[in-house]
Amino acid sequence: MKFKKGTFLLTLLVMLGLVLAACGGGADDSADGDKGAGGEGATEEVEQVLNFVNGDTIPTMDSSLATDQYAFEFLGATMEGLYRLSEGGEIVEGIAYDHEISEDGLTWTFFLRDDAKWSNGDPVTAHDFVYAWRRAVDPNTGSEYGPYMMNGVIKNADKVNAGELPVEELGVEAKDDYTLVVHLENPVPYFESLTAFGTFYPLNQEFVESQGDKYAQSTENLIFNGPFTLENWSTTANEWSIVKNPNYWDADNVTLERANFVVVKEHQTAVDLYEQGEVDRVGLSSEQVDVYANHPDFTILPEASVFYLKFNQERNGEETPLANKNLRKAIAMAIDKEAYVNNILNNGSMVATGLIPKGFVEVPGTGEDFREANGDLIVYDPDAAKEYWEKAKQELGVDTVELELLGGDSELSIETNEYFKNQIETTLDGVKVTIKSVPFAQRLDLDNKQDYDIQVAGWGPDYLDPNTFLNLWVTGGGNNKMSFSNEEYDRLINEAATTYAQDQEKRYQNFLEAEKILMEEAAIAPLYQRQRALLVSPKIEGILHNQVGADYDYKWAKVVPVEEE
Amino acid sequence: MLRYLIKRIGYMLLTLFLIATVTFFLMKLLPGTPLSAADKLSPEQQAIVLEKYGLNDPIPVQYVRYMSGLLKGDLGVSFAFDNTPVTKILMDRLGPSALLGFQAVIVGAIVGILLGLISSVFHNGIIDYTSTIIAVLGTSIPSFIFAGLLQYLFAVKLEIFPVALWGEPKHAILPTLALAITPMATCARFIRTEMVEVLNSQFILTARAKGLSEVAVVFRHGLRNALIPLVTIIGPMVVSLMTGSMVIEKIFAIPGIGEQFVDSVYVNDYPTIMGTTLLYASGFIVVLLIIDILYGIIDPRIRIGGGGK
Repeated sequence: MKFKKGTFLLTLLVMLGLVLAACGGGADDSADGDKGAGGEGATEEVEQVLNFVNGDTIPTMDSSLATDQYAFEFLGATMEGLYRLSEGGEIVEGIAYDHEISEDGLTWTFFLRDDAKWSNGDPVTAHDFVYAWRRAVDPNTGSEYGPYMMNGVIKNADKVNAGELPVEELGVEAKDDYTLVVHLENPVPYFESLTAFGTFYPLNQEFVESQGDKYAQSTENLIFNGPFTLENWSTTANEWSIVKNPNYWDADNVTLERANFVVVKEHQTAVDLYEQGEVDRVGLSSEQVDVYANHPDFTILPEASVFYLKFNQERNGEETPLANKNLRKAIAMAIDKEAYVNNILNNGSMVATGLIPKGFVEVPGTGEDFREANGDLIVYDPDAAKEYWEKAKQELGVDTVELELLGGDSELSIETNEYFKNQIETTLDGVKVTIKSVPFAQRLDLDNKQDYDIQVAGWGPDYLDPNTFLNLWVTGGGNNKMSFSNEEYDRLINEAATTYAQDQEKRYQNFLEAEKILMEEAAIAPLYQRQRALLVSPKIEGILHNQVGADYDYKWAKVVPVEEE
Repeated sequence: MLRYLIKRIGYMLLTLFLIATVTFFLMKLLPGTPLSAADKLSPEQQAIVLEKYGLNDPIPVQYVRYMSGLLKGDLGVSFAFDNTPVTKILMDRLGPSALLGFQAVIVGAIVGILLGLISSVFHNGIIDYTSTIIAVLGTSIPSFIFAGLLQYLFAVKLEIFPVALWGEPKHAILPTLALAITPMATCARFIRTEMVEVLNSQFILTARAKGLSEVAVVFRHGLRNALIPLVTIIGPMVVSLMTGSMVIEKIFAIPGIGEQFVDSVYVNDYPTIMGTTLLYASGFIVVLLIIDILYGIIDPRIRIGGGGK
């Protein structure tokens, strides 16, 4: 083959020309109808459209398989369970308008509205709930949240999930089209709030089964019964919208017509888009907080996720030095948490002094916030820490201990691990800490095998009740994984779930008491309660931020005119 | 030639098979499970979920199952994108990455070759130093820094181009430029070095002696000889650019495949790990074959397949 002179180069030049031409062409057609109205013209009517960035794709819209925050957020926008959470976690009617509880607290009868429809026009009936709940615990579904949320709550869920009983034995039945009867394993006082959670949403059996493996893979394979429908979505979609659902029973109270979402993972890019008015809400990273803290749109959103150090008392079948209570207390009090949240996290997060987060639940009877009621249980106190360390040394008969600190491997986590190591080693002379920074999956694996000494871990609640945090630490609990065991603690938690299940005041007394024991034992060392720093456009009103379930609820959202300054 | 091709393709398939095997077993050594809520489930509950995906079977059994699926062209379904076929993920995500990578190589190669040529022609002059400095900066500064700078300057400050997002041609300009830096710098450095050597060789002297114009000497006789080593380098670069850059895609919010390589490993999404690895490997192998064929076209002295001297 002969190489014609210059052919190669010429081809390249032609290609470059084509590329540039293609690039240039688009510059003019910037007519993009979806941009928000932005207060221009300041007329009464504003376009009810919002634009958002999303931190990642939505991995699934199948309510039985959902596990992550985005799945629950968009399920919450497009679906509805028996109840819905409103402002401040208040429970408001959804598909159910009322319910009755039997005297023993074990049978709940829900009365469903007869005007609720699926987006294909089918009525939403009690059978849809029965089908969905059975599907969630059916071992053939492979659901993770199904067994997590329902086992021990709904009668026979454990056995159905383990394949020991057929799904028909699950404690849920449709008495008629609009009456749903639920049988519980134990009285569950917070069951109402569970019914607002994604895993408990109804599914239209006929539709789901007609779609087969394709169900919930994209918009075409979904139907909705919530305030919005989803548009242009598939599991790999990078952009999608929620659009007002005319078939929703409460459509009269839905003002927002449309919200568009696009995946942007890089914080700075998202903030740039916000500054240019392309999007109406954006999260800030800790470095950005300093820059934007004085921005008029700067907002701190409270969250109920709590982070703490787990002290492993038994590793490879042998007691660790951390089985010594005084050593645990010494470490728990040796860390300056205030400096940590202000200088390293720097996103508005608060120091945690107990396990139950601030602003999460109120103590029945008094109405006082749980955290306020129990006070600051573990605080930074280097002098006390040193005293505990002296006692620990005597009891253990050693002068030095070496401990492994297991933590995440993100930039922030590595900085965090270093900080904790430094704090512990500086305050407690003779304690040597080695750091092990690993990816999340590996950390879970090591946690599972109880192969660590100290671990930086955290927990976000799944329902509005202290039990979601406190039952983690019962003896042999699935998430204990550090051999913490305290008889009195176990008794209090168990009593709250059984004897006092229907007596909220007594239950909470038990929870308050249990948290005190947990902190007195320094089973874990609370570090901080996460908060989220955001820039939010002043034209947004009524988007609810939930502590459990869907992060944001758009049902009551609206766009309001913004006064030009 | 045909016999050579058949032989090469045979080796390519064997290579792919080995890569698939090694990756499969390495991947199974990763700690953890593909479950996303593993921290909330007891080991027994986890086992029930894993059973559904056949992950409780012995690893050799899983291997045979995967490989026989692969023979039928079935890459399995993803765990992270619930039940989405891996083929769909690769197809949906490859487009933007491949487009950007292709554009970047073209832009980078042309600018780089020109820079290199200018340097070599004005050897050791001020122009040479300037273009060498550009090339050195281009190689040593990572492309995400350029991406950030380009974004800040042209999108945030001057507002000429969009900050990020995808869909219209204008969205592709800044990421293409950011990605083009590396191939540009590499090309410039190689062309300069090669050209300086080539321009000092006997046949260039001959060409000049017979009175050819300088342009003809540089382009027809010089550049063509200098291109050979470059082809060796650009080939693999094309593959890595077209399969996406995680950082650039993140900065410009492009729905590309770059991050799938990393993300799938983090979440133990076994079928996606296999899918992306095989995609990359096959791209690489095919490009190597093309390069070998290209050698013969650019430089007739190189013969493939033993077709005579």
